[in-house]
Amino acid sequence: MPRIVIINSGNANISSVYKAVKAVLPDTEVSDNRQKIKNARAVIFPGVGSFQHTADIITKNGLRDTLLELLNGKKPFLGICLGMQLLMSESEESAHADSPVEGLAAIPGKVKIFTGSLTVPHVGWNTVKPLYDHPLFTGLEKETYFYFTHSYFAQPDNNEHILAKTPYGHSFVSALACENQMGVQFHPEKSGKAGLRLFSNFGKIIADQY
Amino acid sequence: MLAKRIIPCLDMKDNRVVKGTRFVDLRDVGDPTEMATFYDRQGADELVVLDISASQEKRRTMVETIRNISDVLFIPLTVGGGIDSVSFMAEILSAGADKISLNTAAVNNPQLIKDGAARFGRQCIVVAIDVRRKNRGSDSEPVSWEVYTYGGRTATGRDVIEWARETEQLGAGEILLTSMDADGTLDGYDLDLLRQVTSAVKIPVIASGGAGKLEHLYAALTEGNAHAVLAASILHNSEYAIADIKAFLSSKGLPVRPVDNHN
Repeated sequence: MPRIVIINSGNANISSVYKAVKAVLPDTEVSDNRQKIKNARAVIFPGVGSFQHTADIITKNGLRDTLLELLNGKKPFLGICLGMQLLMSESEESAHADSPVEGLAAIPGKVKIFTGSLTVPHVGWNTVKPLYDHPLFTGLEKETYFYFTHSYFAQPDNNEHILAKTPYGHSFVSALACENQMGVQFHPEKSGKAGLRLFSNFGKIIADQY
Repeated sequence: MLAKRIIPCLDMKDNRVVKGTRFVDLRDVGDPTEMATFYDRQGADELVVLDISASQEKRRTMVETIRNISDVLFIPLTVGGGIDSVSFMAEILSAGADKISLNTAAVNNPQLIKDGAARFGRQCIVVAIDVRRKNRGSDSEPVSWEVYTYGGRTATGRDVIEWARETEQLGAGEILLTSMDADGTLDGYDLDLLRQVTSAVKIPVIASGGAGKLEHLYAALTEGNAHAVLAASILHNSEYAIADIKAFLSSKGLPVRPVDNHN
């Protein structure tokens, strides 16, 4: 049984996530097999692109139920970018302006679009500042640069679920944590040494569970 | 703070990195994978690879080279050069690229921007625009720039502002703007051009063409309002290391990602 499964939802270019995770946590594989995902010690759920499109895909291919089952359990779960946003209840990112798209609702809250005079998408390296000590950020600076590329951000209803913030306009939630469920808006797999450190921290969180 | 990005650009021809002046007089400057590794270690924020070769075998060799380069990189990689279909984009992305740069194919078939953004997300689509000044600008005729395709060989008659806005509406996530007049000259970026394009669109604009001194990069990021600077000659000549550029920009008060944050 591999320790970590990177979930292939069919809508993300996950080769770079695999390459980076494997560099620090060799016991990792990519799979869309529901049984393998259920048997993993921990899962990483990457995603890019449209919330609605991916929400539709995971409903159609049956991954939604598997993910919900995992999220109800205690297994370490790391959502990346869209994979973090999908942890929320709903998103403004919809083809139909009046009907928000439903997420996995593991963490209550909404996914919103950047407004105002900001350049959108928010692209590039920006500082991530954890609001408290959390094992995901062990060994990193108080404010560490990570690579972002997104137009939407997650806004949890409960402030306790906010792990880190990043300044853009005011500031937005760049990392979430609710027990073993974690999400990051940035791309650790594209964030050089800092990103590799975050993945190895996730490995440590998994090791501490068993 | 969102950092200003320093992006080395590798122009690749027949699996070698080359660099010209004003799009001609190409000279060999190195091996693509070696140079990618070098710039990543130096603290580059991203890497752009543009394949300008025209061989029959291009698609296959390009996929192979991109796979080799992406194997050594943990920073974003943008790839362009003759990519003219969604299936070609998918191949390059699965070889490890993060973004696709569209140029001539986007002008010939703007629907490609829309299709690419719908399939891979807007963050994945960079539209590269090569332009040349049409006039020097006067009271009666304001300065304007014309869009060129096919590596600068074909004038399209299209105005840069109009095309930049259209690409944004179609779903481009970033614009990579090259001044052909300035390219390789080391005389500085075309700041008028940058100001006009950055104020016409909401998406990030990457300045390209003309960097020769540290002050040029600073001017593009401040006076020109560019979000990032692409640099080729200034880096390939080994006149400046990325750390020198970042130290200079930082000393002038611009936010940059520290080099020691990396390797």
